[in-house]
Amino acid sequence: MVTNATSLSSSGVSDWLIQRFSAVILAVYTFVVLGAFIIKPDMDYNTWSTLFNSNPMRLFSLITIFALCGHAWIGLWTITTDYLNVHHVGGLATFSRLTVQALCALITVTYLFWGIQIFWGS
Amino acid sequence: MLVSIYRYNPEIDAKPIMQDIEVEIPEGKDLMVLDVLNLAKEKDPTIVYRRSCREGVCGSDGMNINGQNGLGCITPLSEAVKPGKKLVLRPLPGLPVIRDLVVDMSIFYKQFEKVKPWLMNDTPAPAIERLQSQEDRAKLDGLYECILCACCSTACPSFWWNPDKFIGPAGLLQAYRFLADTRDTAAVERLAGLDDPFSVFRCRGIMNCVSVCPKGLNPTRAIGHIRTMLVAEGT
Ligand code: SF4
Ligand code: SF4
Ligand code: FES
Repeated sequence: MVTNATSLSSSGVSDWLIQRFSAVILAVYTFVVLGAFIIKPDMDYNTWSTLFNSNPMRLFSLITIFALCGHAWIGLWTITTDYLNVHHVGGLATFSRLTVQALCALITVTYLFWGIQIFWGS
Repeated sequence: MLVSIYRYNPEIDAKPIMQDIEVEIPEGKDLMVLDVLNLAKEKDPTIVYRRSCREGVCGSDGMNINGQNGLGCITPLSEAVKPGKKLVLRPLPGLPVIRDLVVDMSIFYKQFEKVKPWLMNDTPAPAIERLQSQEDRAKLDGLYECILCACCSTACPSFWWNPDKFIGPAGLLQAYRFLADTRDTAAVERLAGLDDPFSVFRCRGIMNCVSVCPKGLNPTRAIGHIRTMLVAEGT
């Protein structure tokens, strides 16, 4: 058993399942938004904001934002642990990995709260 | 024929070099790469490499042959190199070089050891032996044949980047060999030891392991089975 403090769930199965489920949510959301454009080719701001102000869409968007952030974090965490290690950056491994991970975490959390605010803020 | 061999003695040399040696290949014969290496050693006896069985059984002469990992003793020249081209021999990638084509396999064995590659069964042993049906025995085909040559793990980028955390295709193939054994009763315990983001899940399904295995085994499929078992166990 390998332990690592910075991984999202510290369980390989959970990370793997989150990655797959969130991918499905992201794909469905993409199709729904694209579909909206196809159904309403003359989309203007009014229709757009009515669509995104409806409760189902607000909820779906919220779920998607969580899926996006989870997906992004697991992916970026994997990339940093693959490429920011002693084989690639030598003695800078821990420092560079933690710095990049902190940056990614900050950006992810910012997007998360910003997204929530857009859809659920007053 | 020109043979280019990786030469490095970390105790003396600052850097590895590629040494070119001209070797006469007997007419009309398709030698194995190991035979060619033996001929090169006749010219320069200081070349160091491992070999033993010379028939693909012991797993000691895993090396990188023109960019592809394989066993020197069962890789024919005709397969390894295009006519008129150089034969290029390097050590297995990703492991520390002890000398020339000899690599330090400690970390590879350490990963193998982690999967507890032995039968675990705490029920009382029967008088003679634990019997298996033919169908259950057949589940071990494609798993038990591994000779631990390390061609697969040293071809796997995930193993290159995390050789201390990712068990690698060879170890995982053996992990599944015991998970699939109906005589083994420690599946739950074995799976618990594998459920972290590295041991199994660092496999990205690149399938380098499958394409190089000299015994034609399929570690990717075994890893897929382990993943399914882990998901079933965890949900
Ligand atoms: S399939 Fe998995 S174990 Fe095999 S080479 Fe690719 S990442 Fe490595
Ligand atoms: S799975 Fe194949 S390549 Fe890997 S160690 Fe076993 S025999 Fe060698
Ligand atoms: S010498 Fe034994 S496998 Fe090649």
